[in-house]
Formats: sequence, structure tokens, C-alpha cells
Amino acid sequence: MKIPYLLALLTYLPAAGGILVLLVNGAQEKVIRWFAFLLSAAVFVLSLLLVASYPLPAAGYVLEETLGWLQVPQLGITHHMGVDGVNLFLVLLTTFLTPIAILSSFTAVHRKVQSYYALLLFLETGMLGVFLALDLVLFYLFWEVTLVPMYLLIGIWGGERRIYAAVKFILYTMVGSLLMLVAILYLHLQTGTGSFDLLRIAGQLSSGAAALTRTQELWLFLAFFVAFAIKVPLFPFHTWLPDAHVEAPTAGSILLAGVLLKMGAYGILRFCLPLFPHASTAFAPLISLLAVIGIIYGALVALVQTDMKKLIAYSSVSHLGFVVLGIFSFSLQGLQGASYQMLNHGISTGALFLIVGILYERRHTRRIEEFGGIARSMPHYAAATLIIALSSIGLPGLNGFVGEFLILLGSFAKNSALTAVAVTGVFFSAAYLLWMYQRVYFGPLTRDENRQLADLDRREWACLIPLILMAVWMGIYSQPFLQRMEGASRNILHPIQSNQLVAREASPDFRPAASPKPAAGESRIAPEPRSFPHE
Amino acid sequence: MSDWFWIIPFFPLAGFLVLGLVGRRLPVAAVSLTACGSVALSFVTALFSWQALLRQPDEARFFSQRLFTWIAAGNFQADFSFGLNPLSMVMVLVITGVGLLIHIYSTGYMHGDPGYPRFFAYLNLFLFAMLTLVMAENYLLLFVGWEGVGLCSYLLIGFWFEKPAAASAGKKAFLVNRIGDAAFLLGLFLLFYQFGTLDFRGIEHALHSEPLHFPVETGQIGTLTLTALLLFVGAVGKSAQIPLYVWLPDAMEGPTPVSALIHAATMVTAGIYLVVRSSALFTRAPLAMETVAVVGMLTAVFAATIGLVQRDIKRVLAYSTVSQLGYMFAAVGVGAFVGGMFHLVTHAFFKALLFLGAGSVIHGLHGEQDLFHMGNLRKQMPRTFAVMLVGMLAIAGVPGLSGFFSKDEILWKLFSSGHTWLWIAGLAGAAMTAFYTARLILLAFGSRPHGEEAHGHAAHESPAVMVVPLVILALLSIAAGWIGLPAWLGTNHLEEFLSPALAVHAEGAHGAGSHSTEIAAAALSSGIALLGIGAALLFYFYRRLDPDALAGRFPFLYRLLRNKYWVDELYRGVFVQPCLWISRRVFWLYWDQEVIDGLVNGTGRILAGAGNILRRLQSGSVRDYAAWLCAGALTVLLYLLIV
Repeated sequence: MKIPYLLALLTYLPAAGGILVLLVNGAQEKVIRWFAFLLSAAVFVLSLLLVASYPLPAAGYVLEETLGWLQVPQLGITHHMGVDGVNLFLVLLTTFLTPIAILSSFTAVHRKVQSYYALLLFLETGMLGVFLALDLVLFYLFWEVTLVPMYLLIGIWGGERRIYAAVKFILYTMVGSLLMLVAILYLHLQTGTGSFDLLRIAGQLSSGAAALTRTQELWLFLAFFVAFAIKVPLFPFHTWLPDAHVEAPTAGSILLAGVLLKMGAYGILRFCLPLFPHASTAFAPLISLLAVIGIIYGALVALVQTDMKKLIAYSSVSHLGFVVLGIFSFSLQGLQGASYQMLNHGISTGALFLIVGILYERRHTRRIEEFGGIARSMPHYAAATLIIALSSIGLPGLNGFVGEFLILLGSFAKNSALTAVAVTGVFFSAAYLLWMYQRVYFGPLTRDENRQLADLDRREWACLIPLILMAVWMGIYSQPFLQRMEGASRNILHPIQSNQLVAREASPDFRPAASPKPAAGESRIAPEPRSFPHE
Repeated sequence: MSDWFWIIPFFPLAGFLVLGLVGRRLPVAAVSLTACGSVALSFVTALFSWQALLRQPDEARFFSQRLFTWIAAGNFQADFSFGLNPLSMVMVLVITGVGLLIHIYSTGYMHGDPGYPRFFAYLNLFLFAMLTLVMAENYLLLFVGWEGVGLCSYLLIGFWFEKPAAASAGKKAFLVNRIGDAAFLLGLFLLFYQFGTLDFRGIEHALHSEPLHFPVETGQIGTLTLTALLLFVGAVGKSAQIPLYVWLPDAMEGPTPVSALIHAATMVTAGIYLVVRSSALFTRAPLAMETVAVVGMLTAVFAATIGLVQRDIKRVLAYSTVSQLGYMFAAVGVGAFVGGMFHLVTHAFFKALLFLGAGSVIHGLHGEQDLFHMGNLRKQMPRTFAVMLVGMLAIAGVPGLSGFFSKDEILWKLFSSGHTWLWIAGLAGAAMTAFYTARLILLAFGSRPHGEEAHGHAAHESPAVMVVPLVILALLSIAAGWIGLPAWLGTNHLEEFLSPALAVHAEGAHGAGSHSTEIAAAALSSGIALLGIGAALLFYFYRRLDPDALAGRFPFLYRLLRNKYWVDELYRGVFVQPCLWISRRVFWLYWDQEVIDGLVNGTGRILAGAGNILRRLQSGSVRDYAAWLCAGALTVLLYLLIV
């Protein structure tokens, strides 16, 4: 089944639903939340079409589309979107986690329900747009669009220090994105293509039709990279994350950890490496070092947290360190592992936040010392937590291991000493999670409040089971994912690995500037191009 | 059967899934049947596979089945593929055989426990993981089993999770093992970059067929040596050797059948299996081999000294296990791979027997584990006494029983390969082994000294479902020695069977010593075993010697041993506490909260104006926010459309 403008449809459908939610007056809370859930579930089903239409093996963009009536040709801005192996599963991750996040809010949020669900849907549009946009300005717009709903979600439905956390979140990210905006404009002027189209600019650069001096490249790289590094977050840009997570409502945390952090790593893959291969190579040792520091540092600080959410937030710093390490190993294993680990982290950390949220709804506290022995009162919940924790720890047979292993394997070839340090992360990740598990779930039930805790209900199971199934599936049978990522990962590596960037023609990874772009209003599906009639 | 052998691990997996998902709703009998039945099916399949394997000619004793690709990226690939060769066959038979007996025993031991289905679910999962470990065709799949058994160990040690000590011990086991696992992973990376694969056969092939490519490394640490050492660190964690043995004694917090199955017979021997399976690699790295031998023997003696003074019946056996594993490592370290495997098999029988016997005692005494609170059980639990006695005689190395043959082969290989110091240490360890096991039996079953009353426990003999497995294990402990008779007495069947799967075929060709020397050495080690037993009799039976007086004469030594050399305290003080302190004080509270956030908040104050605007925007009315949002979106949209 081919749907015209599938990518645009996917992107804007949630926002359209969100507007609808806002416009309706006097609707029942129940109707609103079910509408939001069903809509996001429908978006997920729709997004499965991307996989269905994904031919194997595929190297480049298998699906590209440009909205003709939504572009600014005078400024070189186009509504250009595309899917390849790098973003395919991130799109799926977004559409997969959003319904779960919405479902998890059913009993948690009773205040300003309309706005809440509308914002979650707007957020989904923003995230999908970030992953799909192939135009720098379009990317930037979506990047900023994600900020607003998240800012409001934290600021309105957050915990006690929500204003501080929300402002911190906005400040950090704005600093980064301002730098990126400047870099985008500069890059646009410098390459002189009159276009903000990523593929065109990258093609210009790699074919030698446009060139950057080394200094220019380094600065541009840094401007992009800092924006992304803050989002990742890479040590030492990480301190906004624990505050944001602790204050955010559960659904916000799920999407923040599950998807928003991936935007940073995705940006590095999509923009930094292809556009600035020299600078990427030059900064790789420093960035890898920061990544490894993040792995150990995040894990150690997670170890001493007293708030479960903060613990998981710091564990994200550690896990995302692995992702960055894999990317800057410039090896196929490292890159594929990083892409895989992004999905793993989305699933396992998203699930961990969900799990903490479930407990928070019952006890209104997340302090570890308040608990103990709840495996007795909530055995199913304890079992589900254990599976997810093990996935996060990287137990072989569950998803986390596949990503971590490939990352470390890839990075070992480049820098074995640094990798040896990073490997100790597998010890610390087990340490902080199992220690928390022991203090919360094991031991005697000392508090009366914990004795009466109800075990998982059907809705909570419905949230957790898809995540658990994915963790098991991706741990045992990784090929459907890795195969689809491989071609695109090769493409990203190509300019880095080839020393001769100039005068290279007809490279398989980037179409040279001369090659025909898809005409406005046309969707193209490789390998057999097919056009759709204009409206 | 050669087509279907790979199904062996999947029976227990099915059992786990059934018990894990619906076990709580099944009647007890159905749970027991599922648990034991799945293992029985595995065991029977294993027996048939063994026969099928024997029908093959020596050089073709190899089954392999690739199920599907697990991970592939670039030139790296690892499959879910299972195989059987003589080495893994031996392991599979031990695992399913002893596993079955312990499952049956557990139906009696765990009877009435509210977590009955959960217990058997974990136990089945453990067997699946353990069988995956030994049947894996590549190092990465082996690692799946390796971590899987670690997980089950964690779950089963902490089975009674409401006991803080049990929960703590489970976590400790998992974490200490993870240290070894980190090294193991690095070893895997080195293997992959040297050989381009993680398949056992591919690596063995490369090591055998390209002598120039991978010469034997001596002296300095080359890559092969480093690889072997890293794998060995993994083995040190899993098999509880110095310095990572600390988790095993604590693991005794788990139910006793768990201690028997996981922490004596099977999982803890995975490290030995790993080294033997990698024999092609280790024999190219003599420095690594020496390390294995020395670490093994150090552990053997060190743990035996601690075992001398323990009061808890299970802790004595735990230190004994650490010690016996040390013997196995010492054997494989000097190239006696068959000797190590031989002791692994016999140890699986007699140590499982001793643990289950101890479990029977604890069961009979309603949870009492302190040896000094026992006594006179000989009359109350005669069958348990009889089988424990067999186990004790076997482990002590009394001639004719299995432990005699296997331990003697190790000692002989130490001697004949020229490792005289290791041999002497091994003899000393053997004396201590005989002493502490005899002490255990005498304290538990013998009569109490005058003036001291045996605690008035109403001990009872265990039910048949527990005693029958004990009897079978006792028979095996007696007879198993006959699979590996020394050359002066008969044929070493085990060696004949295993040789095709090992790197060193002639196994040193019994080089240094003649039969007469070998017999003399055997006589010496039996004498030493009897000496150990005799000393125990003097202390705890005839009471000619007073242990307390001895302890009084060497107070420091006694305290040193009683406190297990303060190693746990040392680790806690040197590693754990400083790590937590730095993480909290320096990293979190200082660096994150003061330095970085200080900078951020400072910036925030500078932008106070912006902050004011932000505050004003927060009118609290969601309608307002939504309006802002829509206005923004519309502006962008209009701009795009119009311009």
C-alpha cells in the first residue's frame, strides 16, 4: 500500500489531532484521552508502512518527498523529508513510545487534560519532524517546536521545582540551538547553493563544488555539535537532564529519555559526520574521551542517588555516552551499535521511567528509602522491573547487550585503552540498578503503606508488555533492525573513511549536486520510483 | 539424534516459560512434573546424543546446528548455533544428570515454600542457560549462557528476598561476576580482531593450521597471552578464584539445592570449561597457563585454610568448593586438561552429595546451620549420615573412591610436569581438605563431648524423594573414578573420549615419571588424606586434642582464619566506600551541583530579564499557552505560504 505524502501525513497527523483536542469544548476527560491514544496508535500503525515499503538491501533514502506548496524557494527552504536506515527506526521508536506515554497518563493527569494531551501530540509532531526533515531550516524549526511542549509539560504538570527545571531545560537547549542556527545560516551562505537542502549541501561539499576551509569546518562542526551534545547529553553538558526528569510528569520523562535525547545523537549522525568529516575526525579523540567520562561518571553518580528518577536520569548520561562512543569510533560496528543502542535506550529507559511513574502514582514518592520489600506486595511489577533493568544493564539475550557489544567492539579497534575503560561501565550499570532493585524490591516490608500496594492493573500491563516484548525480540533477533541500518551507516562512514574528499565523483552516499532532485510534489520510493498526480 | 541434539537446552526453557507464566495457578504436582519432566527429557536426549556421538569415528565426533543469525554487522557475525563435542558432551551429561537429581530432591526440600513455582522456574531457566553455555558454538553465545547462569544465580541466591542477607548476597554475586565479565568482553574483542571470528572451530583452526601466524608466546605478554589472561579473569569471577572468590561463600544464603547445583556442581565449573574449551589458545600462551596454575593452587590452599575453622555447615562446603575449583585450575594450568575435567566430574558428584546431605541435615533440624549446635545426628538421620560419609571419604581422597583418582591425577600431573612447589602445596591442601570434611561429619553426626549437650532438636530423617537422589549420588561418588583410571591401573576412558576435543592430545605423554613413581606419589597422597582424617578424629572424636586450646595458642592465626583474612572488609574499605564517597561528594554534590550548575545558574541570573518575561508568560492559563503555541505555528505556516 502506497500512501501519498506519507511522511508529511505521519508528521502532521498528531498535531492536527492536538488542535482538534484543543478546539473541542466541554468534552469528557475520558473521550479526550482515548482520542489521543487511538490517534497516536493509528500513527504508529501508519508508520509501520515505512518498514513494509523498505526494500532490502537498501543504501540510500528509500522514501523521499517534498511538499511543493509548502516551501520558500526564494530563500532556498524546502519541505524535504526522507527515510533511510538512520532515521527509520527512530521514527518508529517515536510512534511506538507516544501511545505508551499517553496511555500511562490516563490516571496520572486530571488537570488541564485537554492541553496536556494536545501538547503530547504536538510533541510527537515535533519529534517526527526532527527525524524526517532533510532541510536544515525545516530541521531547525522542528527542533525548536519540540522545546515548547516539553517546556510546558514540565512547567505545568511537573513536580515542586518544575519552574527551575523547565527554565534550565529551555536555557540549556536554547544556547545550543542558537549556535546551530548561526551555523546553518553560515553554511548556507558559504556553500552558495542557494539551498538549505541537506543532501544538496552535502553533495556540494563532498563533490568539491563547494569547499570549507579547515577553520570554517571546525567552527561549524563545533556549533552543530554543541547543540547536539547538550541534547544527548554529553558530559559535561548534562546537568539539565536530572532536573528535567525529576520534575517532568511520567509521560514527559518517557518521551524525553526515550526520544528527545536521541535527537542529539541523531543530529550528530545526520549532520556532523556527513557535513564535516575532517572536523569530526579531528575532534573524535576528545569527544570519545568525553563519552567515556560520561559512561563512568553517569554510572557513578547514578549509584549514589536517593531519588529513583534521578538515578535513571543519570543512567541515561551513561548510556548515551556509549552511543556517542560508538558514533565516533567511525566503524560500522560502532555506528550500527550506536543506532541500535538509541533504540534500546528508548525502550529500556522509557520503560524504567514508566515503572517509576507507576510506583509514584501509588505512593507519591520516589525516594528509595521509602520502599523495601515491595516484591512481596507487587510481584508482577517486580518481575517486569527486573526484566527491564536487565535490559538496561545489558544482559545478553536482551536488547541492551547487542548495542553495547557492537559499540565496544567497534570502538576497541580504534582505541583499545579507552574502550577498556568504557567496558567497566558494564559493571557500574549493574551496580546502580541492582542496588536500587535490592533496596526497593527486596528485604522485609517495613512500612505499612507498602504492604497495601496494588499490583499492576490491565492498563499498566498494556503499557509494559510491548516494551518487554521489544526488549526480548531485539535481544535475540537483531537482524531485521541491523540489516536495515547497515546501508545508511556505510553511507555515513564513507566520507570519513575516504581521505580524498575532493574530486570524488558519483559517490554512492551523496548524490552529486547535478543529480535530479525529486520534483516538488512528488514522492519517490526506491527502488522503483513512482510519482503521484498533483492535486 | 545428531539432527535433534540441539533441542537439549530447550526443554528446560519450555519448563521455565510454563512455570514463569502460569506456575502460580498450577497445582503443586503439576509444577513438580513440569520442572523435573523437562530436565528428564533433556537428560534422555543427552544420553541418546552421547550414544550417537560414540558411533562416530574419533575425528568426526562433532555435531553442530546453526539456528539463526543473532548479531551481524559488517564483518562481524555471531549465530545462535549449538554444538556437541566430547568436551561439551561430558558437561551436558553432568548438568542434566546431576540437575535432574537435584530437581527431584528439591521437590522434597522446597515442599510447602510459598515460592515453589518460582523456585522451579528459576531452576529450569538456570539449566537452559547452563546448557547454552556449554553447547554454544561461539564465544558470544557462550557469553549468553555465562550471563544467564549468573542471572539465575542472582535470582536463586536471593530467592528468599525478604532476608536482607540473601538479597545482598545475590547482588554481590552478580556484581563480582560482572568484574570478570568486563575482562571477558575485552578478551572477546581481542579474539575477534586476531581471528576475525568468535567461532570456536574457526579460532582453533587458525591456531592449529597457521603456526607461523600464531607462534607460542613466552616471556613477554603478547596478544595471545593477553587474550588468554582476559578470558581467565572472566573464569576467575565465575569459578570463584582469588581475588574474586568473595561472592561464593555469601551465595550460601540461597536454598541448599541451589548451592548444590549452581555453586558446586555446574555453574562454578564454567570457568574451567572455558579454559579447557580454549585449550588451543591457552597452550599457545604458556605465561597465561602458568598464571592459571598458580592462581588455582593459591586459591586451593587459601580457601582450605578458611574452611578449617568455619562453623556454618554450608560455609565449610563453600570454601571447600572454592578450594576444589582451585585444584581444577591448577590442573588445566599445567596442561592436564583431562585431569581438570575429571575432577570437575567427580567433584560434581561428591560435592553435590555433600551439599544435598547438608541440606538434609538443615531440613531435619528445621534450619539449623551451625555445626556446633549439631551432633548425634548419626542415630536420627542414619541414611543421610551414610551418604555424607561416602561424600566425605570421596572428597578426602580415600583410595578406591572417585575423589582419590581425580585428585591424584591432578597431583601427579603437577609433579610430573615439574611444578614441584605446586605439588607440595597441593598435598598440604589435600590434608586440610580431609581434615575439614572429617571435622564437618564428626561435628554434625558424632556424639557431643561430655558436659555439652547436643541441642535438643527433634531431628527427623528426610523423605524418600530427598534420600534417593542422595543414594544415587553416593553411588556415583564411589564409582565415578573408574572412568579415569591411572595408567598403572587400567584405561583412562575419559582421556580417550576427550582427547579429540583438546589441544594437547598425548597430554605430556606421562613424560617425567614411571609407573612406580606414580604409584609412590599416589600412596603418599592417600597417606596424607588419612593423616588429615586422623587429625580430625583426634580433635573431634577421641578428643585427645582440644581445638580451643590450639586456637588459644595461636590467637592471631585463629582470628585471621575465623575472619576469612578480612578480605571482605578490605574490599569494602578500599574499593566500595571510597567509590561511593567520591561519587557522592566529589562528582555529584561538588562538580555537578556546584561547578556546572553554578555556571548555569549564574548565566540564568544574568538573563534575569528573560526570566521575568518567561514568568509573565506563565499566566497559568492553559488557554493562553495554547494560544501562544497556535499563534507561533500559524505565523510560521503563513510565512511559508505567503512568501
